Amino acid sequence: MAEAQIEYPRVVNIQRIDPKFKHEIIRMPGAEGINLCFQCGTCTADCVISRFSGFYKPRRIARMVQLGLKDRLLSNDDIWLCTTCFTCVDHCPQGVEVSSIVRALRNMAVRENRVMPSVIKAFASNILKSGYVYLMPSSRLKRREAEGLPQLPRSRVEDLLELFKATGFMDVLESAESIDRIELKAGDRRG
Amino acid sequence: MADLEYLFFLGCLIPYRLVSYEVSARRVLERLDVRLIEMPEFNCCGFPFAPANYELTLCLAARNLCQAEQKELSILTLCNGCFATLNETNKLLEEDGKLRERINGYLSRIGMEFKGGTTVKHLVHMLTEDVGLERLKEHVSIPLTGLRVAQHTGCHIVRPAKVVGHGDNPEDPKMLKDLIRVTGAECVDYMDEAECCGGPIIGVNEDVPFDLTREKLERVKAAGAQALITVCPSCHMMYDFNQPRIERAFNQKLGIPVLHYTQLLGLAMGIPAEELKLNQLRVKPTDLLSQLKR
Repeated sequence: MAEAQIEYPRVVNIQRIDPKFKHEIIRMPGAEGINLCFQCGTCTADCVISRFSGFYKPRRIARMVQLGLKDRLLSNDDIWLCTTCFTCVDHCPQGVEVSSIVRALRNMAVRENRVMPSVIKAFASNILKSGYVYLMPSSRLKRREAEGLPQLPRSRVEDLLELFKATGFMDVLESAESIDRIELKAGDRRG
Repeated sequence: MADLEYLFFLGCLIPYRLVSYEVSARRVLERLDVRLIEMPEFNCCGFPFAPANYELTLCLAARNLCQAEQKELSILTLCNGCFATLNETNKLLEEDGKLRERINGYLSRIGMEFKGGTTVKHLVHMLTEDVGLERLKEHVSIPLTGLRVAQHTGCHIVRPAKVVGHGDNPEDPKMLKDLIRVTGAECVDYMDEAECCGGPIIGVNEDVPFDLTREKLERVKAAGAQALITVCPSCHMMYDFNQPRIERAFNQKLGIPVLHYTQLLGLAMGIPAEELKLNQLRVKPTDLLSQLKR
């Protein structure tokens, strides 16, 4: 099968490089090892998502972080495709936690780029109402009772709101642009 | 045998969608004299928020861990995601003093402090390590001889290996297989058993998880398994709840019943199928149940 043209630019524009980017990423939990990546490609070879996405290749992402291609990384929705199966983390011969680096990128995209999957917004709204990320219908709670199951433990949602505020999540929750659905693009492959 | 007692962390998805897992687990654990203490107070483990704000996840997990510390109990989960988040947070905050200080700074606003010292176990670890296969075997009154099943351990109770602990092999998981064999059922091998279900990204993309799920179910079927056995509500949703949708999307009949391990074990203990809520499965295990009756 002929490879379709991949839509993102292959040329690195030196003006668009952020030399401090990798140092910011290194400070985030789990991302400490990014400089140790020597581009062997084990992560990409073993990544289930790489079989489907033209952009989501963990090796590429690691290199883009090292190069400082911050805008290109944070503005591409495909960083949200990692399932966190941690195969890359287990297999990396350099001990780089590739999946955690992707998490750091996502966290930064939420904080600075202000995008977030709408499903996480819905979870946030639910947990702040009930402590659970799903809202339990009252019929289900009644059925629990009828079946002799213990009552679901309650939650102090005011405490959760406090933690949402303290970690700065509340500041971005409203303003972040929603990602509803990531479409597979030209150049992506079905497995 | 000493009484086994745990702080029971049910999570969100199980009471919302998969009460069959909870009911069958409670029935089976009751038989095994495992005492479940309900959480005095609960919030989501934090797993769904890690992609957006990892510090918030650590806070949410730590808040639950603090309750276990106060009760001096180990936490037991039925969900791989809850296990992974609580276990990872516990280890990270115990090992990294700077991070612990930072998270405790947040927690102090709600009058809590993470100290450490708790253990977090998933059902699979607890049954293997604390109950033990021998004792489990003693409870099997109707061995499921002649039944062929396959296992799906899922990712977050084996990977990343250095964080999870418990010694299962993430490339070729063995614990669930051994637990299945205790019931008398045969556990067949198939291609790429350790591969992810794709569930965590279903909120933003269905195509990839559906492809992964179809691929796995095809392989399970080709291996001659009559059912797939899971130990995670999220994986179960992918293989059972979404199976009819996958069949429609690919115009292909799969028809693989997907049982919670606790349902399989319960059957082998002689607990009636109705009490194990097998009727609540989306893909009906009709053939499997009639074979067992014979």
